[in-house]
Amino acid sequence: MAATKEKPLSKNRNIKSQMMLDFPGKRAPAPTPVSTKQPTPAPKLEKTPEKPRKSATKTFATAESLSKGQREISVSEFFAKNRHLLGFDNKRKALLTTVKEAVDNSLDACEEAGILPDIFVQVEQVEEERFRVIVRDNGPGIVKQQIPNIFGKLLYGSKFHRLRMSRGQQGIGISAAGMYGLLTTGKSLKVISRTGAKKPAHAFEIQIDTKKNEPTIVKDDTVDVEWPHGTQVEIELVASYAKGRQSVDEYVELTAIANPHARFEFVGPAGDRAEFPRTVNELPEQPHEIKPHPHGIELGVLIRLLQETKSHWLTGFLHSEFCRVGPQAAEEICKLAKLNTRANPRRIAKHEAETLYKAIQQTKLMAPPTNCLVPIGAQQILSGLLKGVKAEFYTASTRPPAVYRGNPFEIEVGLAFGGDLGPAPADENAPPAPPNEKQESVQAKIIRFANRVPLQYQQSACCIYKSVLDTDWRRYGIAQPGGGIPAAPMVVMVHMASVWVPFTSESKEAIADYDEIRKEIKLAMQDCGRKLQAFINRRKKQRYEGERRSIFERYIGEVVMACNSIKRVNQSKLEKDLLAIAKRVTARADEQLDDSGKVIKGKKKGDTPESEFGENTVVVERPPADAPTAQAKLIDD
Amino acid sequence: MGRSKAKSKGRPTAAKIEELAASVVELAAKRREPSMGIPLRTLSNAKYNKTKRIIEMGAARQDREFFKLGMAKSFMQTMLIASGCKQLIDEGKSVSIRGLYYRTKHTIAGTQEKTFNDQQESDPIIEDLEVAIGALREELHVFASTRGTIVGNLTIVSQGDTIDLRRMGAGGFGIPSICEPDVLGFKKCEADFVLHVEKDTVWQRFNEDKFWKKHNCVLTHGNGQPPRGVRRLLYRLHEELKLPVYVLLDNDPWGYYIYSVIKQGSINLAFESKRMAVPDAKFIGVRSGDFEQFKLPDDVKIGVDDKDVKRAKQILDYPWFEGKKEWKKEVDTMLKHGFKMEVESMMTKSISFVTETYLPHKLKHPGEWLD
Repeated sequence: MAATKEKPLSKNRNIKSQMMLDFPGKRAPAPTPVSTKQPTPAPKLEKTPEKPRKSATKTFATAESLSKGQREISVSEFFAKNRHLLGFDNKRKALLTTVKEAVDNSLDACEEAGILPDIFVQVEQVEEERFRVIVRDNGPGIVKQQIPNIFGKLLYGSKFHRLRMSRGQQGIGISAAGMYGLLTTGKSLKVISRTGAKKPAHAFEIQIDTKKNEPTIVKDDTVDVEWPHGTQVEIELVASYAKGRQSVDEYVELTAIANPHARFEFVGPAGDRAEFPRTVNELPEQPHEIKPHPHGIELGVLIRLLQETKSHWLTGFLHSEFCRVGPQAAEEICKLAKLNTRANPRRIAKHEAETLYKAIQQTKLMAPPTNCLVPIGAQQILSGLLKGVKAEFYTASTRPPAVYRGNPFEIEVGLAFGGDLGPAPADENAPPAPPNEKQESVQAKIIRFANRVPLQYQQSACCIYKSVLDTDWRRYGIAQPGGGIPAAPMVVMVHMASVWVPFTSESKEAIADYDEIRKEIKLAMQDCGRKLQAFINRRKKQRYEGERRSIFERYIGEVVMACNSIKRVNQSKLEKDLLAIAKRVTARADEQLDDSGKVIKGKKKGDTPESEFGENTVVVERPPADAPTAQAKLIDD
Repeated sequence: MGRSKAKSKGRPTAAKIEELAASVVELAAKRREPSMGIPLRTLSNAKYNKTKRIIEMGAARQDREFFKLGMAKSFMQTMLIASGCKQLIDEGKSVSIRGLYYRTKHTIAGTQEKTFNDQQESDPIIEDLEVAIGALREELHVFASTRGTIVGNLTIVSQGDTIDLRRMGAGGFGIPSICEPDVLGFKKCEADFVLHVEKDTVWQRFNEDKFWKKHNCVLTHGNGQPPRGVRRLLYRLHEELKLPVYVLLDNDPWGYYIYSVIKQGSINLAFESKRMAVPDAKFIGVRSGDFEQFKLPDDVKIGVDDKDVKRAKQILDYPWFEGKKEWKKEVDTMLKHGFKMEVESMMTKSISFVTETYLPHKLKHPGEWLD
């Protein structure tokens, strides 16, 4: 619920316009759109010329009639035709997208206001195919005047080229969800927001005037609510609900993993309630905004920047619009492009932009600054995994920042292994796995995140998925049939933090396969793999000792009987003696061993020292499934 | 086996088995890990005694320890076999090795695991027990199935029955697995020598042609590598009746090895050589040179393959073949020829060529034998 969108320039809106602007050319993952102007609904009108071409063919329209037709195209028409681009391809996904937009906004709002998020999500079934989504946060609330704008306007002005790490890259915003609801059910979007305990809570019912792209306030009221501040959004929509992969349940669960600083409560259509407690009491740092790095931009963007700049000289333009371009580098670029350092940027935009672009690409520049990245953090990943996945072994690894095409990014990998990890940990439809059975045939589950937002679709197109396949898991004692997905009771979590996550398509569900990104993911996974291997080896050793004892114990009875049949002996004494020896011989099964196989004294089971498997590792002793309160001990860094 | 005799004979063996159990109890009481020394039945532990000209078992032993993961089961199995044998001795009965397998096979309480999965698991354990306590198989009251046949100018007594081996028809007398005097005694011998052939098919030819009658001999076969009973019988025929033993085998590595087992003993049963090996046995044929000497047709040739070459070299490397130049020459010739020959192949010449021409010639020319 686009709670904190008090400032009119919220990222939420960036996205909308970006979606819109990207559309005409369908030029998929281009990090930056082609057009330059963004304020207000205008962009839509600028764009349309391309569209009517098709419809015009048979009427031989004149330019005049064309331009008339262009104006007729409304937001709602665009929306209806392009649902799939906006995450509303099918009924099930529509439900997910709606929840997602609301939750993303809530998280952003809380974080920007410095509040630890406390988010309530409810999916209510109204009719067979009609659901009501309610999302409530404890954010700062929204001032009354802004509420209609935030929830009732699509493609509201933006500064979408802002390079800042944000969730907002996903989806298109809550107002689109509200419009989907309106289009499918005719019901208004309902918002209740309260900015403080002493202030009243405002309740709005808003509809989007699809022709004008303006909010229509159906109802404006004050209501009594028990919460001091926050925002609640309610949208009714035609949708379908099913658990399992790509479900709302999975989304909440995954979001909880990537946001351990937030508390989530989810109530499903059947009234089933799931709570994901907060495990980290610290807000993530607010990411810094950076200027684009010259190596990461495209020609169109360069042209736009040249046109818009306030600089009068070319060198000044280069220096002020980009990061990592000092006066010296700027001169170098000009020299290479054979352009006057004092040339007018606006003039260059028209004539020599391409020459300049090539020169920029050829000039060596420092990599972009990486302080704009806010990773989740290894410890936080561990907390998140501990909360969301019932495993036995947890480890995490954070890579130092790296750069692809001028965009800084950072990869983090978390790994959970063993324990109750059944066929698919997030899949509640799957039968619960018997705790002690061998689960080697189970496939690892890959969970993907970009800027803390779970990616639930198009797994196989994603760089993360390819990196998992590309890693040789056999080296770490994990089966990998046919070089595919590792076969182990394991969850691999990969998070990419970046100012610009390169998605493969508009639907923003898979990360593009850049070598630099893949390399980082693999390195992080290998690090986790090594730690996992230490754990597996250790567990094998224990199991081996355990097996040894059970073999001895099994045979002791036979040996005692044989001895007794040969020669009368004191059977119980012999058995006791042999059992005592068996226990002594296999005593290692009860001991804690360090990496070099030495016995660690004075440690109880589960009290695993960090040095044992590497840093950022947690081992949880899970007594067979029915004991949910497993004791976990987080190792301090 | 005569029961009363076996019983008296069984006492020291029973005592040895009791010792085995007692040591387990004793060690366990001291909280020490029980183990038993099992002499190794391997090539490395098979020593060739040049004076006695037999293979003897060396002193190398392996400790079979109960609390070693890889040995726990075989330790348990050895104890089971020991208790099974003890019971047989106590009751004065004997069973086949298959019978003992069934006697000791059962499901371990509280598990799905069987003490023995098949007889191939229990047979070597019986041999282990034999060597571990230094008892003969018959002393353990265990025997193997009857294999090998005898016929000839010899009268024997078996379990009280007097048997004239000249009157055995086409079948012959099956050689029991235990051929101790109390099971098989010699009553009257008119034969001059023993002819041992490799297998049943050849034996049938010789028996049908009444070769043993014409040449006044005892005719035996051991169905390939002769089992203990056959070897024990050959030994006794040689030692007690002073009959020379001549061996007619295929001209291939397999035949060479059978000869070596009869003559020097086997690696696996090295501990039994002294009561089974016949160092004076002679290899009477078939020899590589016979192909030319008897103008055998090309049809007798069987190509030598890689396995044969490998096995032949292995055999020549055995210490007991060391220094036997004639043998080396023989094997080399076979390899050089690139073919091997079976005794049966003589029949390409004529059905009774081997009994009427080949062997009579060989018997007259000891110079063509191999030692």
